Amino acid sequence: MRFGGLLANNDVTFDIYPGEIVGLIGPNGAGKTTLFNCISGFLRPTAGTVLFKGENITGLKPHQICHRGLARTFQITQPLRDMTVLENVMVGTFCRYPLTSQARAKAIEILKMTGMWAKRHQKGSELTIPDRKRLEIARALGTEPDLLILDEAMAGLNPAEIHEAVELVKTIQAQGITLFIIEHVMEAIMPIADRIVVLDAGRLIAEGPPSEIVHNERVIEAYLGEGRHVKRKEHTS
Amino acid sequence: MPKISRKTIMIVLLYVGVVAITPLFSKAPFYRHVLIMVGMYGLLGVAWNIMGGYTGLYSFGQSAFFGIGAYTSTMMLVKGGFSPWIGMLCGGILAAIVAAGMAYPTSRLRGPYFTIASQAFARTFQILMTNWDYVEGAIGIPLPLMPDTWRFMQFKDKIPYHIIIFSLLGIAILVCYYIERSRTGYYFRAIRDSEQVASALGINTVRQRIIATMLSAFFTAIAGTFYSQYVLYIDPESVTHHALSVEIVMVAAVGGAGTIWGPVLGAAILMPISQYARAALGGAGRGIDLIIYGVIIMVIALVRPTGILGFFQRERTIEGEGGDDIGTTVTADTGADDAVRGSLGQQ
Amino acid sequence: MNIGLMQALMSGLLMGFVYSLIALGLSLIYGVMDVVNFAHGEFLMLGMFLAYWFSVLFRLDPLISIVFIIPILFVVGVGVYKGLIKRIIGGTRISQILTTFGLSVFMANMAMFLWTPNYRLAERFLTWTTGDLPVFGVHVGIPEVIASVGSILVFAFAYYLIRFTRTGRAIQATSIDSEGARLVGINIDNIYAITFGLGISCVGAAGVLLATFYYIFPYVGTFFSMIAFATVALGGFGSVEGSFVAGILIGIIESLGGFFISPAVKYAIVFMTYMVVIILRPATGLFGW
Repeated sequence: MRFGGLLANNDVTFDIYPGEIVGLIGPNGAGKTTLFNCISGFLRPTAGTVLFKGENITGLKPHQICHRGLARTFQITQPLRDMTVLENVMVGTFCRYPLTSQARAKAIEILKMTGMWAKRHQKGSELTIPDRKRLEIARALGTEPDLLILDEAMAGLNPAEIHEAVELVKTIQAQGITLFIIEHVMEAIMPIADRIVVLDAGRLIAEGPPSEIVHNERVIEAYLGEGRHVKRKEHTS
Repeated sequence: MPKISRKTIMIVLLYVGVVAITPLFSKAPFYRHVLIMVGMYGLLGVAWNIMGGYTGLYSFGQSAFFGIGAYTSTMMLVKGGFSPWIGMLCGGILAAIVAAGMAYPTSRLRGPYFTIASQAFARTFQILMTNWDYVEGAIGIPLPLMPDTWRFMQFKDKIPYHIIIFSLLGIAILVCYYIERSRTGYYFRAIRDSEQVASALGINTVRQRIIATMLSAFFTAIAGTFYSQYVLYIDPESVTHHALSVEIVMVAAVGGAGTIWGPVLGAAILMPISQYARAALGGAGRGIDLIIYGVIIMVIALVRPTGILGFFQRERTIEGEGGDDIGTTVTADTGADDAVRGSLGQQ
Repeated sequence: MNIGLMQALMSGLLMGFVYSLIALGLSLIYGVMDVVNFAHGEFLMLGMFLAYWFSVLFRLDPLISIVFIIPILFVVGVGVYKGLIKRIIGGTRISQILTTFGLSVFMANMAMFLWTPNYRLAERFLTWTTGDLPVFGVHVGIPEVIASVGSILVFAFAYYLIRFTRTGRAIQATSIDSEGARLVGINIDNIYAITFGLGISCVGAAGVLLATFYYIFPYVGTFFSMIAFATVALGGFGSVEGSFVAGILIGIIESLGGFFISPAVKYAIVFMTYMVVIILRPATGLFGW
């Protein structure tokens, strides 16, 4: 099994290997979410190909890509507002289990794993921001992906919540699910990522283990331009 | 198949009981006529609900499907001597096919855009029927009078009509129960809340929208056939008019869109008002009932968009505490949230 | 060129300007307030009936009473906004659709109840504005010409208000980003009220101009609503310039459809055109931004 991505319009080419956690970072407007949308089928790349498990999935519809084992979350959380947390997750699990009873059983399993069990009867519209982020992940997990791509699942969370989210990501990885994560919170992504991919102005400017990335000249430059370098130091100090 | 719980059996028995007893309260033809209208609009509301209530496709073009049902069975009877029962089935299937033809090209439209498109569709249909000589255009078609038979669905008494329409309504309600609990129902509701999320979770939203529209059209057309057999005269004005589409939405929205019994409740509330207004005030009555409808719907839409059923059930969910129970649970009222849902959910 | 075709093109063009004005109101309200006003046509009906009653009760020609009716409808619009529309801004889609639909049902049937379903014509007193006018060998009705010129004038005035006045700039700012507009000190509530009043004035003015030659009856609005939707969908929801061009296009499509196929189905052709447009460009129409 091999995950691979090539987006020639941005001249972005990189691979993701099974079982990895790969972080995608870059200043605002670098094209991270656009890249995600191309991979998950919400946008059709003007050129280039997206390979997933050896199959060319470029231009497939989002639902087709989901069935092939690639699930995503949304940066702006979108709970299904009139449905309960359990029902939200069931919409995901129905992807693999057509029968309601099976879908429910699987959803319950996921709710317990993701710590949303206690809130299973709350409506999507009633959830707090951290719970919405968690629900995004739980729902995507319901589709039993091989590759889960998370779009800023930790932005806007406090340190304790970030810690919980990091733990959840580790749990997911332990189940053999590969993760590809857009993240602004550096101290969250750096310790858990096996590799980091850096985008700036739509181009891939660096790729490698976190330890290398933090010292990469071009990366520092890209972030300095936005004043984030300083900000990051303040966070870590 | 989901196992049949005691609660389901109770509901079925209660329904059959109420349907059987209500016509016995009075022999007055008008009273029984109102009951039949409750059944017919209940069926129309339940059918609309599959699109509007569950899937979020606020159709204001149901009159086209109703017209297809009425015209198909009538033409088959007049030209070919077919039993209206066969015509009913054919009309339903034809309406479903037309519905698919309408749902596919409009599958990218949401909210008010879909509403406008459905309206344009129904109005085009009305204009075409009015100008189509084969179906007698604006003159309309009187149905040939037949002896009292089940085969030709014509009766001098109102009781058989009562039995037929409430049986059809019962079937439609059972279908809705099944949909609500099956994957399809979850998919419909997911699409209503966010098409983007639905497609990210592996749902072929175009296909599901077409399925919802076809199901809705099928039941609406069946009601159309029933109407033509009941009134024994159809013309574009009576079976394809825009006002009919509006009444159908009102019935569902007043009772409670997205709930199984809401449209039935809505019909039970609105039909006595409108039938009485029409009977009491003659020609002008048609205006009066719609004035009242207009006010009711504005008030409901402002005060509680979930309809009257929402007042009783507050927030209702399908996945309840017990899990495999029929599961209608009451959770905290979220009235305040309803007000902001549109702006947050539709960005 | 064929005389009949010339005639059809000419009357389509003239009617098109009126459609532009009707669509402007709808598009403006949508663009600024994000509300699709399903009762739009009923305000046109109201304008027509006001013109009728002014002509019967005060012996005023619609071309004179329009001066009074436009402000009256502005006030009506502001009143409807304050009493009803205000409550559905930012509400659920279904609540917006049902509320404005309820309003349309209410208004049309109230008119039916008060004024009977009879078809009426406004009385005309400015006799020099009636009759026919030969243009390039075809006869066009002078009322039609005046209605289209009047529509252009009202449209131009509304355009001036929106584009070049202080209030107009506030309206534009609100339509782009209501939250941002609020932050820079614009009273959003007032802007919404003015916008709704302006939109209703536009469609009402079109109603008065139509009343100089068109039949007046309670359900006249439901039909013009559909025309307005088709126009706005064609021009792009929220686009002022789009409404203008699309109105003319719809007018011409309608009359050409009537000429080449059959007058009876000309509106079916308009609606089919509309369906094609929304299928090809669902979000933006032909000129949307």
